[in-house]
Formats: sequence, structure tokens, C-alpha cells
Amino acid sequence: MARFRTWVGIALAGALSVSLAACSSTGGKRAEDARKAAAAQGRAAVNTPRWTFAMITHSGDGDTFWDIVQKGAEQAAVKDNINFLYSHDDEAQQQAQLVDAAVDKKVDGIIVTLAKPDAMKDAVARARKAGIPVITVNSGSEESKAFGALTHIGQDETIAGEAVGDELNKRGKKKALCVLHEQGNVGHEQRCDGVAKTFRGTLSKLYVNGTNMPDVQSAVGAKLQADTSIDSVVTLGAPFADTAVKARTDAGSKAEIDTFDLNPKVAAALKEGTLGFAVDQQPYLQGYEAVDLLWLYKYNDDVLGGGKPVLTGPQIVTKDQAAELAEYTERGTR
Amino acid sequence: MSTVTDHKPLDERLLPTSPLRKLLARPELGSVVGALAVFLFFAFVADGFLRATSLSTVLYASSTIGIMAVPVALLMIGGEFDLSAGVMVTSSALISSMFSYQMTANTWVGVGVSLLVTLAVGAFNGFMLTRTKLPSFIITLGTFLMLTGMNLGFTKLIDGTVSTKTIGDMEGFSSARAVFASTITVGGVDVKVTILWWLGLVALASWILLRTRTGNWIFAVGGNEDAARAVGVPVARTKIGLYMGVAFGAWISGQHLLFSFDAVQSGEGVGNELIYIIAAVIGGCLITGGYGSAVGSAVGALLFGMTSKGIVYAEWNPDWFKFFLGAMLLLATLLNAWVRKRAEATA
Repeated sequence: MARFRTWVGIALAGALSVSLAACSSTGGKRAEDARKAAAAQGRAAVNTPRWTFAMITHSGDGDTFWDIVQKGAEQAAVKDNINFLYSHDDEAQQQAQLVDAAVDKKVDGIIVTLAKPDAMKDAVARARKAGIPVITVNSGSEESKAFGALTHIGQDETIAGEAVGDELNKRGKKKALCVLHEQGNVGHEQRCDGVAKTFRGTLSKLYVNGTNMPDVQSAVGAKLQADTSIDSVVTLGAPFADTAVKARTDAGSKAEIDTFDLNPKVAAALKEGTLGFAVDQQPYLQGYEAVDLLWLYKYNDDVLGGGKPVLTGPQIVTKDQAAELAEYTERGTR
Repeated sequence: MSTVTDHKPLDERLLPTSPLRKLLARPELGSVVGALAVFLFFAFVADGFLRATSLSTVLYASSTIGIMAVPVALLMIGGEFDLSAGVMVTSSALISSMFSYQMTANTWVGVGVSLLVTLAVGAFNGFMLTRTKLPSFIITLGTFLMLTGMNLGFTKLIDGTVSTKTIGDMEGFSSARAVFASTITVGGVDVKVTILWWLGLVALASWILLRTRTGNWIFAVGGNEDAARAVGVPVARTKIGLYMGVAFGAWISGQHLLFSFDAVQSGEGVGNELIYIIAAVIGGCLITGGYGSAVGSAVGALLFGMTSKGIVYAEWNPDWFKFFLGAMLLLATLLNAWVRKRAEATA
């Protein structure tokens, strides 16, 4: 036992001295802290009462996309003097119960995603009955109005897909592959169908298991080897673009990789030219606008959109914009 | 002349025990103490937790877990696991919805068909277990994966999308909704009907366990299967029955899902089986079988509901929820073990 302790002590001392001696002059926590200090310190810009808004999404645990939405919402909450609460569950029943809990708390506004509209119907109705204004974000543009929400903020997945199809035509592509990483996701199907609608070449679908990256890589690689005439691959999430690039290298293919959504790696890859283009739906904007529009409604009874959804995308990002976006993706706001 | 009384020592099982000892020997005592502590904690910390509407939401959340935790607890007392319990709920809802829709039948027909099919899946689990002698962990893991695939595959094949079509405008829907997913208003507070289902199941399971021959069989097969078989307990029949009990719970939960939302997502339910097991274990069930109670599983489910919603009322970061759940599981199990040791020590 005593000997074991000595070893642990030596190991700890060793690790500490190595980490002190080997400071990195680039990147890391220190660079991040410097960036944070340089950013404006958030203070409320208004003197309205401190309202409480709750946001309930269908996100799973630890999702990068929803992290950006949350950041946008928190930024707006600081500015508008809002007490902002965030909760999420990927099971429809649980998400509905979280909305119920927010209504019980008598919050002043609710922001909710309608990925599973049927399940959220009663919970949203209960919020409306309690006189709480509701704004829907990200998914549910068709149901939002019928449920009695003020506005819907998000991207129409079909329109986003069509934009990708147009861009592929512009680049003279003939044969594209759409990689779906979540079996049973309606939005993903809509994206691929949107691409097929405007794309003049042929489009094939490939279903992969998104929770297992090595599996994704081997599946895409195998497909590229099997069909060498594929000249473009469209992935539906930023983390999968990087994996598709690796798969392309494995297969020795010349196909261009394009993706939906952004992250730091995608921005860097766009700058390098390993990726063709990305389609951004600006998640930061979805969170930020949702809080801001609720505030405007409470403060001034303002409603945006004229009964139509407010679209935050699609925005095509290519090599030209990638340089400036790289900084924002590092910051975790794009 | 006094008569000499015979001082033959009584059999120890017939000795009168003090009420305190009796209480300490109850499997659910540890969880009741834990539940009280969690309740008081959130009552102080979480603003609005004690409102009637909030408590009703907490009870509803607990009942959706509890309805499944009761038969799962019985199964665990019988010494087995069911990892397919989570997706079976979704399967049951999907079958009911798609059968009614495709056949354009009264929704009660779908409900009946769903009951038969779900019970058949439960019977399949039990039959495979007793026939193959493989551990239930393996058998039900297989069923779990097959059901997950069938949920997605069949829904896509029949409906063309990943969720079922709405059956809200079909005959029998409103009466089925009244039975499985209605809301009763008591003194201005909405109470969900699942809470009644839950309490009913707890009462029924407690009666079976403590007052019937079947209950003795369940404890016997979980405690020592070979000894039970030697004294004439029908082991295979008991275990198949227990798996069908879990299927029955899955059917009730599935119908609730369907009739409260009138459309079902095919990819859901994965992972919930562990939550049911957690509720049963917190409530005093032993992983090794032969010990536990139905009331305990209900307290376990209540603990789960209070924690999951209490965190929301307390305005904490929900990222930590799983951490609290894990810590609670460990604490409750340790407390249970400690109480049981105290109870078994002869005073």
C-alpha cells in the first residue's frame, strides 16, 4: 500500500512538472480566456421587469447544435434582462412533461421545438390556456400556427435541400450521395428529398449509424469504392463531413464533400478547400431571436413574420466566407 | 397446587415480533426514507414544487415510469431481467395505431390486437428463457434489438414515414382516450388517469405477492430455483407468467402513449428499460431475486419523478440530472442493504 502511494506521488509530480514545463504558446484554455475577455461583458440593455422564459427542446444529451442555440438564447436573455431556463429530452413524452413543468412554474414565455408535433399539442395548448405566449423554433413550421404559437423561427428543411441541389447543379455535379445518419428522422428525409427535387443529376441515399463514427466512415468508403462515378457526397451534420473526407481518402475517390450545418472543423476544411460548401441554418439566430421576440411581445406586443415562419436559413457558406466564420465557429456561436 | 405448564420453546417463526422489527424488515423502508428526504429537499429548494399543479405533474411523470416498474419489480423478485420492456411499450402503441388505421377498424380492435401481440412477445421471452436455459439478460437483449428494428422497419414499410398516421378522427378513439389518457379535474387540479392505473397495479401486485399462492411461487423461483422445483413449484409457468405481466404493463403504457398523442414515433423507448429496473432496485428489489415489493417499485418511480421534475422546478442545469440519478441509485441501494442487515440481526 505504502509503495503504491509512493508511485502515485511520483507519477503526479512527474505529470505536474511536465505540464508546467511544456506550455503551449498557441490555442488552448489561455487563448480562449483571452477571447472571452476581449468580448463585451454582458449587461442588460433594458429596464423591463425580470421575466422568466423557458426553452424546451428535443435535443439529446450533449448535442453541439443545440449548444449553439442555447448560447444565442442566453446572449439575448442577458441583454433583455431575462431569467432564462433551458431543458431538453429526446423522448416526446418527457419533453411534453417538461413543458408542463414550465407551465406549473408560471413562466412568462415558452420556447419549444415541435419535432414531434402530436406529442406537444396538449402541452402547448395548456400553456396557451394559462396565458403564456409560446414561440416555436427549429422544427414544426407547419403546426406552429395551428397550435396557437406567436411565430415560428427556423429553417424549412425542404427549401434548404433545394438550395443544396441548386448549388450542386452550379458546380456541374452529375451523381450525388445523401448520407442519412439518423434512422427515423423526418427532417433528414426532407433534406434529401429537397436535394433530389432540384438536383438535375441522380441522387442516392445511404443510411448510416450516426452514433458510431468508424461505422459511418467504413460505410461511406465502401459506397465510394463500389460506385466510382459518385462525384459529390452530402452529409446532414457537421461532424459527419470530416468523417466523409476521411472515407474519401480511404477509397481514393475524387468526390466533393458538402455538408449541412457548421462547426470549427468544417470552417477550417472549407478554408483549406477539402470541403466544397456548407449550408448553415444559423442555430445561434434561432435561440437569440426566440428570446428577443418573446421579449418584444411582452414589452410592445410586437409579432414578427406576419403569420408566416421566420426563416434563419439556408445560407450557403463557401471558401470565400470561411475565413471570417472560422473565428465564430471557434467561439461556438456559428 | 399449581399446574406445571409445559415450557417447550416455540418455533422461532411463530414468535411474536415487535412492530418496529416488522417495519425494519419491509423491503421498501429504505426507499420511503429516501423519498421523504428528496421530497423535503425539493420542497425547500424548488420554488413552486409544492403547488398542486406541480405535484400533479410530478405524479404523472412518476406514473408513466411506475406502471412499468411494478411488473418489472415482480419479474426481478422472480430472479429475471427484461431488457425489452422499454421498446415493447413503443411496439405496443405502434401495433394498436397501425392496425386500426390500415384496417379502418374501430380503435378498440387495434387495442385488442395490440394486447394479444404484446402478450405473445412476453410469452416468447419467457418461453425462450425456460427452454434454452440461457440467461434472461441475453434472451431479452435479443428481443430488445429485434423489436427496435421492427418498430422502425414496419412503420416505414406500412406508413412510409417514421411516425404513425393520426387516428384521432376514428371511431372509438374518444372512449379509448377516456380509459387510457384522460384527465380528471379534482378541485381545480388536473389529475391524469395513469395515476389511477398505477395505483391499481400496485395494489393488484401487492395482493398477488403477499396473499396468493402465485406470490409464494414468485418469491420461491427468485430465491432458489432448484429448491422451488424440488418442492413442486411450476417454475417455467411462473416465469412465463411474469414476462407476460411485463408485456401487460407495456400494453397499458403503450396505449397511454398512443391515446394521449394520437401518433407514435417509431424510434422511441430505447433506454427506458433501465429506468424501470432502477425504480425497482431503488424500491428494494434485489438484483439476485427473491426479495422486493410492489410498493417499493412505486416509491422508486416516485423518487425518479420527483428528481427529474424537481430539477426543473429548482431551475438547475438539467445536464446534471443523470449524475443525481446515479448517486441516488447508489445511496438508495446502500441504505436498503444496511436496513436489511439491521433487520436480519436477531435482537
